[in-house]
Amino acid sequence: MNLTLKIWRQKDGRSKGQMVSYKVSEISEHMSFLEMMDVLNEQLVNSGDEPVAFDHDCREGICGMCSMQINGEPHGPDRGVTTCQLHMRMFKDGDTITIEPFRAKAFPVIKDLVVDRTAFERIQHAGGFISVNTSGNTQDANAIPIDKHVADHAMDAATCIGCGACVAACKNASAMLFVGAKVSQYALLPQGQVEATERVLSMVAQMDKEGFGNCTNTGACEIECPKGISLENIARMNREYLKASLKG
Amino acid sequence: MGILSSSIARKVAMALSGLFLVFFLGQHFVINLTSVIASDTFNSWSHFMGTNGLVQGILQPVLIFGVIFHFVMGLVLEIRNRNARAINYKSYNGSANSSWASRNMIISGLVILAFLGLHFYDFWVPEIMYKYIESNPEDATRYFPEVVHKFESPVRTGLYVIAFVLLMLHLWHGFASSFQSVGFNNKYSKALTGFAKVYAIVIPLGFIFIAVYHHFNQLHH
Ligand code: SF4
Ligand code: FES
Repeated sequence: MNLTLKIWRQKDGRSKGQMVSYKVSEISEHMSFLEMMDVLNEQLVNSGDEPVAFDHDCREGICGMCSMQINGEPHGPDRGVTTCQLHMRMFKDGDTITIEPFRAKAFPVIKDLVVDRTAFERIQHAGGFISVNTSGNTQDANAIPIDKHVADHAMDAATCIGCGACVAACKNASAMLFVGAKVSQYALLPQGQVEATERVLSMVAQMDKEGFGNCTNTGACEIECPKGISLENIARMNREYLKASLKG
Repeated sequence: MGILSSSIARKVAMALSGLFLVFFLGQHFVINLTSVIASDTFNSWSHFMGTNGLVQGILQPVLIFGVIFHFVMGLVLEIRNRNARAINYKSYNGSANSSWASRNMIISGLVILAFLGLHFYDFWVPEIMYKYIESNPEDATRYFPEVVHKFESPVRTGLYVIAFVLLMLHLWHGFASSFQSVGFNNKYSKALTGFAKVYAIVIPLGFIFIAVYHHFNQLHH
């Protein structure tokens, strides 16, 4: 395939960026989107230009590092996949592909397509954990019986890889799907109950402090999430939050 | 904003005020519907609503407050949400993952607000004039002819129809979405969402029918 790429180039956080057009040829439909980006970067390096900076690590859909807004959608047009799992067969010969960084005030651009997603980490630090004392007397987790359905829901919530596609897709740049998933994975299990009240209050407070927008239930996050995190998790977080607020 | 300082609190407030307005809309619709079925019933119900102390002194101010609150809150949310994405995408494929109605609540909302201005001018202002400024004696048969007279104008009828179409879009997203906001998402959600979607279509369509009915009905006479 021969493709035209329109890519956001930005030297650093302070510079103004702009879209730049590139041409790549002989792209195999079996390549992943990031492999296609590698081809472009080799081409750029060979001609003495600055390669396009983009995030990636595992390249198998588990680390949540890869990002990119591809043709107006985070992780591109395919469903249930990250950018590293997106195949070039989703595109046609001669296509023009627009590639931009995830956009949100809380995700400032570091360079080109790389954005700073440490806001998510600060939200996690605010309460996305349980405190256990591993003194040797700790009860074995498997000794606490948990309904299979409940365990499954908790596991589903826990599959969130923190990629930020939910924020990127949302017209309001809201982080509620991410925070909803993180709150839910503990709220559903007995191990999460001890800190439940404090957890939801502090995580939501941190989310607001980071400057994410307000959820208006458009549902864009759920559709674009590579892990299929359900909107149910946002409803659960809202419930947990209301419960916690009443307790104070 | 104290209690409304968190994003979830604002979301819940938006949902609850919206649900209240949805409830009011249903009540308003039932009364209006009597105007095409039985003008006597319409007159007597309107007379009750227009003269009852509880309705006039308490429910009406609560309603006006509800409308203003829902609007101001919606505007605050819109501004905050725009700020949350300082630089916009060059290419944003919103229709790939969400409905037009859900992404444009501010547009449908503003049209409805403009309509409310017209609606107040058409009915509420003359009502206040009649009752409290000119202090006319109450005539329990005046309501039906007043309504019919209003829908003589094709322009007004047309504007009402347009507003109701936008109301449909607003409710299509807003009503069902309010359950999610208050944290209601379980095995009953599907049925409730279904009801909300039907309501979002049927009630505005009903209002359109009533307006158009009165407009064309009098052309025959
Ligand atoms: S909820 Fe989905 S889209 Fe959002 S960060 Fe987690 S995995 Fe990514
Ligand atoms: S690079 Fe790890 S999820 Fe894409």
